[in-house]
Amino acid sequence: MTEAGARSASWQTCAIAEIIQQTPSIKSYFLRLSEPFAHTAGQHVDVRLTASDGYVAMRSYSIASAPSASSVIELTIERLPDGEVSPFFHDIAAVGDEIELRGPFGRHFVWPERATGPILLIGAGSGVVPLMAMIRQRRVLSQTVATALLLSTRTRRDVLFADELLASEMADPKFMLALAITRERAERASDFARRIDSAMVADLVARLPSMPTHVFVCGSNPFVNVASDATVMAGLGAAVIKTERYGG
Amino acid sequence: MITRGFTGRNLGRDQSDRIPPGQHLVEHFPVLTAGPTPRVQTADWKFTLKIGSKAIRVWNWREFNALPKTKMTRDIHCVTSWSKLNTAWEGVIVDDILADAGVEGPTDFVLAHCYDGYSTNVPLSDLSSGKAMIALSYEGQPIPRDHGGPARLLVPHLYFWKSAKWVNGLQFTESDELGFWELRGYHKYGDPWREQRYAND
Repeated sequence: MTEAGARSASWQTCAIAEIIQQTPSIKSYFLRLSEPFAHTAGQHVDVRLTASDGYVAMRSYSIASAPSASSVIELTIERLPDGEVSPFFHDIAAVGDEIELRGPFGRHFVWPERATGPILLIGAGSGVVPLMAMIRQRRVLSQTVATALLLSTRTRRDVLFADELLASEMADPKFMLALAITRERAERASDFARRIDSAMVADLVARLPSMPTHVFVCGSNPFVNVASDATVMAGLGAAVIKTERYGG
Repeated sequence: MITRGFTGRNLGRDQSDRIPPGQHLVEHFPVLTAGPTPRVQTADWKFTLKIGSKAIRVWNWREFNALPKTKMTRDIHCVTSWSKLNTAWEGVIVDDILADAGVEGPTDFVLAHCYDGYSTNVPLSDLSSGKAMIALSYEGQPIPRDHGGPARLLVPHLYFWKSAKWVNGLQFTESDELGFWELRGYHKYGDPWREQRYAND
């Protein structure tokens, strides 16, 4: 694992190949790497921006794309109103611009090479980004491990990757999707119209063939605390729950 | 490489001598944890000092709080790139813990262990001479659970993942055994002024 770090730890320049508006506050940036790397779903890269006076800002972003032979990775970035780097991406960055990054990093919040049982993914807002990479990696590798995603957003139009997630659920009986929409009605019988709680997690667990042996929770710290507590209350051991908290 | 159109905020530039390279100043106190936030009651809390696999001394919460207290106000630096200035802590410096146990420095390396199974390695020389403490309060209050309460390690001169939350023991080891993040690609020492973020930095 340190070997993977050693190969990839140097900064490289990449070009923005495409920008897609995903939701009102979230865009995807497709970056063409000058030194392509192989990552595992769930890993992140560090992005470095340098001002003309030498000031440097660095942030970590999860990779949204699955590992592939392509030299393009997708970063999906939410615009934080009082942010420094995300407003630059949303308001200034354009196709053709060059950005420095390095990675991939992280060996904890990553898709298991060999899952020992069903997998439960829980995310809120842009917290679905590393989970989407996992769902994509599972699909690309034609894996059949039963996997459920519980995704909480305020409204339906805030659901990141909605079309792709709904299509995945239609195409794959072993992939289950449940939306927890906090400020609108639920449209589908499998969805919820409330904040996440332990009954909801228990409902998702019951849709899986057996108790999940891997749980990944990603979102803001308050969301992750509520969701991971709900998961423990639903009967899962703390040791199977991996969390990633945004807002650092 | 200059990034076209990027100017950045001015926040903290006048204090750049206190902000290591690649870091940015924050006013709030972000929370980053690898798993669920544990609930540790002070009634059940125990702190164990070990040499290798052998427990040398165990303190309960009352006994530990009876040790000499020291205040420390320090700047802290998280590897995810935020820095926070003037954080005020009070606790028991590692020297006073070792003195109470009658231990000096049986080895040069220490692993800190935590209630959630987390661990991190720190050389003894970075824990002693008043450089580090087991913090019991933050800004004059008990440490919030999110920030590692009731007790966390504080090693403010290293990246903040070294300042292990929900700490429950220190273990002297023969060699520099890697901890949780150090085994998962992060730097074994973690000096923010040398930007030792990942294993080969």
